[in-house]
Amino acid sequence: MRLLIAFALVLGLAGLAYLAGRARGNRMVTVAGGRMGAVHSRPVYHGAYVAVLALAPALLVLAGWGIVGEGLIEGQVLGSLSAAERPAPGNDSEALLNEVRGLVNGDLPQAFNPLAPRLAPVYAAARSNGDLLASALAVALLAMGGLWGWSRLRPDFRARNRVETQVRALLLVSSVVAILTTFGIVLSLIFESIRFFQLVSPVEFLTGLQWSPQTAIRADQVGSTGAFGAVPLFWGTIFIGAIIAMAVAIPLGLMSAIYLTQYADPRVRKWLKPILELLAGVPTVVYGFFAALTIAPLVRSFAVALGMTNASSDSALAAGLVMGVMIIPFVSSMADDSLAAVPRAMRDGSLAMGATPSETVKKVLVPAALPGIMGGVLLAVSRAIGETMIVVMAAGLAANLTANPFSSVTTVTTQIVALLTGDQEFDSAKTLSAFALGLVLFVMTLVLNIYALAVVKRYREAYE
Amino acid sequence: MNQNPAIGHNTVPKMTARDVNVFYGQKQAIKNVSIDVSAEHVTAFIGPSGCGKSTFLRCLNRMNDTVDGARVEGRIELDGQDVYASGMDVVQLRARVGMVFQKPNPFPKSIYENVAYGPRLHGLARSKTDMDEIVESALKRAGLWDEAKDRLNESGTAMSGGQQQRLCIARAIAVDPEVILMDEPCSALDPIATARIEELIDELRGRYAIVIVTHNMQQAARVSQKTAFFHLGTLVEYDDTSAIFTNPKATRTKDYITGRYG
Repeated sequence: MRLLIAFALVLGLAGLAYLAGRARGNRMVTVAGGRMGAVHSRPVYHGAYVAVLALAPALLVLAGWGIVGEGLIEGQVLGSLSAAERPAPGNDSEALLNEVRGLVNGDLPQAFNPLAPRLAPVYAAARSNGDLLASALAVALLAMGGLWGWSRLRPDFRARNRVETQVRALLLVSSVVAILTTFGIVLSLIFESIRFFQLVSPVEFLTGLQWSPQTAIRADQVGSTGAFGAVPLFWGTIFIGAIIAMAVAIPLGLMSAIYLTQYADPRVRKWLKPILELLAGVPTVVYGFFAALTIAPLVRSFAVALGMTNASSDSALAAGLVMGVMIIPFVSSMADDSLAAVPRAMRDGSLAMGATPSETVKKVLVPAALPGIMGGVLLAVSRAIGETMIVVMAAGLAANLTANPFSSVTTVTTQIVALLTGDQEFDSAKTLSAFALGLVLFVMTLVLNIYALAVVKRYREAYE
Repeated sequence: MNQNPAIGHNTVPKMTARDVNVFYGQKQAIKNVSIDVSAEHVTAFIGPSGCGKSTFLRCLNRMNDTVDGARVEGRIELDGQDVYASGMDVVQLRARVGMVFQKPNPFPKSIYENVAYGPRLHGLARSKTDMDEIVESALKRAGLWDEAKDRLNESGTAMSGGQQQRLCIARAIAVDPEVILMDEPCSALDPIATARIEELIDELRGRYAIVIVTHNMQQAARVSQKTAFFHLGTLVEYDDTSAIFTNPKATRTKDYITGRYG
């Protein structure tokens, strides 16, 4: 709460710094008699320059305290206990600190741990001191930065160019955020996976044919084999995402791209292309309904008609078909772009040789656009193998290693969801295996993406 | 019909055009053009940019069909057959009337496959040996055999611009057309490559009826026997090349030839 007030205060003061800088700029213009070029930068730039110098360090301090502050306070609170009273680090400490926080915030009427009431005032004091200190530091830095910036303002001061540098820094920071987040994701996956691989050997995980993550808690428990062979999951992922879905998406996507670029009347194209791309915007859970409620029963009746009396209502085929439709836009829009990028001269050359339009497409345009089309397909595959909802709803959870499209299979993402839903102990192999699966999936899609982008790039260069 | 001074009259025409009008949407690009193209000669279409000479050329093998909103009126005949008749197979027509474009446009395939493209489409070769012969003779006629014979499997797009253009000519003559249309075939080439193409055009003369569009008057004078001068979508003057360049009848032709505009 206090930090929020400090934050608002800092913003308000930075606004004042802006006004002050701008006012000084205005005064300089007046003194110079409004002569063009007498003052290098316009007053708004003076204001912006001062405001940024004031705001940036103050925000850094507040953000820093927000991130590390709680840890520092907890250290102080636990440090106030004697060594004998101090709970073991980890769960016990966390439980105690949660009670303390509950008492201080008033969410908890009565603590269970007798230490908690004693620690509550210590915590409250540490929190209030820390917040006060951080806020004071922020305001002080704000004043210093603002005053220093303000003192530098001169008619010949190049505030406009400085602001440009500040803008560039802001843009750089923004782009770094996404990259850092990705690194953070990778690191967290790696750390949790290492914990998993301490319990289960990577060889068993990557080559085992049996997936049954229920581990026994009691010795006499049945049905809990705790087998972590992930091959059935990898197979299910590839079977649905890379085989069945692609068997739908590649022909349909490619042919619709050919129709739209080569045959369709411009008016038809103007309508059809956005509608096709709309498919990419439908939430996957909606596709999931459709797969589970409409397609899966049809597939099942078809299987029964074929003589499979025990056909499951969850099937790889239902999920794969709908997923294929979902990724048509990925294939078709990349294919569309690359077909449109083939120089018109190529098409004219072929037509002038007496080729029909379809011969031209088959013999010249598609081969010339093939790298771009391949790139689109690879991106679509990486999208498909990361897809979760459709599979959860339509393909089931049974980890079967089968090539029968009518049987129920499961994929990596579906298992991750199943493993992490509900109450979980974060020290069991079952839960941790989700992270190992996530890591494998991440590496798979990363490799596919890098490869796809490289293919697309090489192709772009070919026609420059 | 022959009161029209624009129509050539010395030899039996291979292609004839009568009162051709071309529209792109609302805009009229060609106005009432009538012309005869002889089988034995190289015919040059000259004129300033935007005068319609390329547009008219593209009517002769119906390449304007591929342009959205283009409409052609009038009558164009190849050996007396109406090119725009509903019974005319445009695929057959283009096999008989080949085309070479302004910018060399070999397909991103091997040199061999570029030349074999047309023969494969039209089923001209029954065996691999047949095809080898067709490719070799087309490359020889295009004057490219010596340079290409050791690299037939390399990509056509890896050749130099002049070689690419000769490859496109080889590709066009591989189906043994009756007419070859060339749309400013040298405008993207350097002078030496241009000279090679001009020599080649001279060698091909007589075997194919050749129509060449060029904005380079010296080129028209060098390679053609007949020259048609287009201006603002109309055919201003059509005569023997020597007559056009030494003794033009129309003032507009004279002004253009002497560099007054264009």
